[in-house]
Amino acid sequence: MLSNTVQYLIHAFWHVLEHAFQRLGRSHIFLFHIILGIPSVLVRPLLLTKQIYMVGVLSLIIIIVSGMFVGGVLALQLYYELLKFGAENSLGVLNAISLVRELGPVVSGLLFSGRACSALAAEIGLMKATEQLSGMEMMAIDPIKRVIAPRFMAGIISMPILAITFSTLGIIGGHLIGVDLLGIDEGAFWSQMQDKVSFSSDVMNGVIKSIAFGFVATWIALYQGYDAVPTSEGVSRATTKTVVYASLAILALDFVLTALMYGEI
Amino acid sequence: MSFKIDETSDILIEIRDLHFSRGERKIFDGVDIDIRRGCVTAIMGPSGTGKTTLLKLIGGQLQPDSGTIKVAGHDVHKLSRAKLYKLRQKMGMLFQSGALLTDLSVFDNVAYPLREHTKLKKSMIRDIVLTKLHAVGLRGARDLMPSELSGGMSRRVAMARSIVLDPMMIMYDEPFTGQDPISMGVLVQLIRLLNDALGMTSVVVSHDVKETAAISDEICVLSEGKIIEHGTPEQLKKSTSQWVQQFMYGMPDGPVPFQFPAVDYAQDLYGVHS
Ligand SMILES: Nc1ncnc2c1ncn2[C@@H]1O[C@H](COP(=O)(O)OP(=O)(O)O)[C@@H](O)[C@H]1O
Ligand SMILES: [Mg+2]
Repeated sequence: MLSNTVQYLIHAFWHVLEHAFQRLGRSHIFLFHIILGIPSVLVRPLLLTKQIYMVGVLSLIIIIVSGMFVGGVLALQLYYELLKFGAENSLGVLNAISLVRELGPVVSGLLFSGRACSALAAEIGLMKATEQLSGMEMMAIDPIKRVIAPRFMAGIISMPILAITFSTLGIIGGHLIGVDLLGIDEGAFWSQMQDKVSFSSDVMNGVIKSIAFGFVATWIALYQGYDAVPTSEGVSRATTKTVVYASLAILALDFVLTALMYGEI
Repeated sequence: MSFKIDETSDILIEIRDLHFSRGERKIFDGVDIDIRRGCVTAIMGPSGTGKTTLLKLIGGQLQPDSGTIKVAGHDVHKLSRAKLYKLRQKMGMLFQSGALLTDLSVFDNVAYPLREHTKLKKSMIRDIVLTKLHAVGLRGARDLMPSELSGGMSRRVAMARSIVLDPMMIMYDEPFTGQDPISMGVLVQLIRLLNDALGMTSVVVSHDVKETAAISDEICVLSEGKIIEHGTPEQLKKSTSQWVQQFMYGMPDGPVPFQFPAVDYAQDLYGVHS
């Protein structure tokens, strides 16, 4: 009896594992095809511009608003803690470093997954369900080159720009709270920031992170849409999975990248 | 790339001993079909017998378990990707849903294959697209978006798009399903007209017996993974097979029982609580 249950569990576990590996394999083959399709995007810049608009420009509002709020709240929190050490003039530096290194890439990456990647997965899934992708194939047009690759490129290009926008707006939000509201010295706010925030190690590392997040999140979204079961239920599942997997991937990747960039492991 | 398409042989599509399954379920179990050039051939069968699957196999979107499908002398599943794409430019396919690209207007949808596959001038593309739209009676709808079209109109736009590269053949997946009587009449007439006027070969997959029989030169009836009967519509109507009779005349009970297989009715009713 017991051994039967154990056997059943092992079997079920093996089954799940097998499917997970199959999907992992398929998603890498898919990525390989996308990368092969990238040259054909470069000769059709119009396809790419349109997708940058859909993926990037339309995400700007949420990025700008969240950036302002996160920067403002961060300044508020930092101010009262720094005041205890009489170090409130360092608020600008701390604010900027947290934003540029961590919060900018990570929070905008999470927002990007929720706003842009979910839409990508739903769009591709619906194109599959309504036979638009099969239709293109039968017209001898490769949907990976015409539909998938431009969206992939757009995600990778948009994400660092969104992250930089987020950080910039966060710093402005920090200035509004710190300098305009709480009365920190404006000169100290900017000059310390200029002095202590390094372009190569802080700003560039943030940009590299956000490119990596854009790569992974867009890949997940496109794969989930392309591999979706072509029914309304399948598309809705693909959308949910995209947001969950992309968010988790961003957080995990952030940990790895931070350890590689700043850690002495 | 040199890629010759046989333009002369009498048989355009030759299917031999086709086997295909989805998971455990066998969908085709040794199917042979010859589709003659210049004819309208209908493939009929109840829903779920694998009609769409057959068209996808012919188009090279699915891989058979065994058997061959030759289109114009080429084994579809042995071609390289580039050659398969060349061949597909000569094969139109009309999907059940129309499969129009939702973010492009009617005009751009029809122009799409031309823009992708040819280097024609703008004015030339415009002329070709308008001719094809005129042929399906929708020249006036060129600026509408797919969401603004009725089901019958989408199918006609999709038809215009499938013939825009002047293919040698066109495959229709259930073109009449869910159409009102007028659209149905229009589509029936168009399929025959395009076939004869453009010298194409047409494959119509359908379960609408009356409409399909009216325009086809030859009908193959598909059931449980096999072709159980083929011939002209007249021959099929006189078929001695009870199954074909039931299908052609739409009788509710016969070799295909009204009841889904189940245990005995009385036993079922009385046995529930035991
Ligand atoms: N992508 C798929 N995955 C698994 N089974 C499928 C898929 N597509 C179709 N089938 C199954 O294959 C059978 C034949 O489908 P189809 O060719 O669409 O039938 P028809 O067009 O004759 O109604 C059906 O039983 C269907 O459930
Ligand atoms: Mg079907």
